[in-house]
Amino acid sequence: VTTLPVQYGLLLAAALFVVGLGGLLFRRNLLFMLLSLEIMLNASGLAFVVAASRWQQPEGQIVFLFILAISATEAAVGLALILAIHRVSGTLDPEELRKLRG
Amino acid sequence: MNAAVWIAGGLAVVSALLAITRRNAVHALLYLIAAMLGVAVVLYTFGAAFAAVLQIVIWAGAIMVLFLFVMMMLSLRTETRRPLRLRQAAGPAVLAAILALELMIVVALAPPDAPAAAAVEPKQVGASLYQVYGLGVELASVLLLVGVIGALHLARRGRNEREEDAP
Repeated sequence: VTTLPVQYGLLLAAALFVVGLGGLLFRRNLLFMLLSLEIMLNASGLAFVVAASRWQQPEGQIVFLFILAISATEAAVGLALILAIHRVSGTLDPEELRKLRG
Repeated sequence: MNAAVWIAGGLAVVSALLAITRRNAVHALLYLIAAMLGVAVVLYTFGAAFAAVLQIVIWAGAIMVLFLFVMMMLSLRTETRRPLRLRQAAGPAVLAAILALELMIVVALAPPDAPAAAAVEPKQVGASLYQVYGLGVELASVLLLVGVIGALHLARRGRNEREEDAP
């Protein structure tokens, strides 16, 4: 364990979050949108851990654990939804899902 | 050691970028696992060994395998052939770049006197988790239970297929 500035970790978290946000915005495939959400959740967990290590508190890793639980639930439910959508409509493109006239 | 962390962090960002631009979903998943491992290295270096291990075991292991199973169940050949439309991506890319620049500037201009990161032992995390945040643990377990039931209900065959035949 070495000495690292907190800024580096926060910069990395910001960069990862923006990459995930970009993927969520421009991919037109539900599976990739879910993957981008995973990247964003991971980045926010990293930011929590880094910020808590600045104050040497365990809360950052505890919130990381909670984010992990949320991410697992979100992935399970989201993937089940994707399976159901694919079974009903045969596509994963959100622009082709127009049953609700959205 | 410091250089290794820079490389790990850069690798994580590059892998994430590659992951969201792949057409083949399995390739994207492999890049994403690489990104998760890079983040795990960074977490470890910031003194969060517990979080780093969780990152590898649960995030890069369990959740990504869940994705892989779903990709195997869907036949993604038709979707992956459709090309990425770059013109469509330009707007969100510019917005995301502006946001990134803003975040970078804000973080870089922060006062440099912030002390270096110090290790937080797993023992400390466990004690705080069960003594102070016991209610949170219970809530997380309820959330996971709801997720399991919801996923089971949604992925079950039967009702949806009948709806498909109706119109």
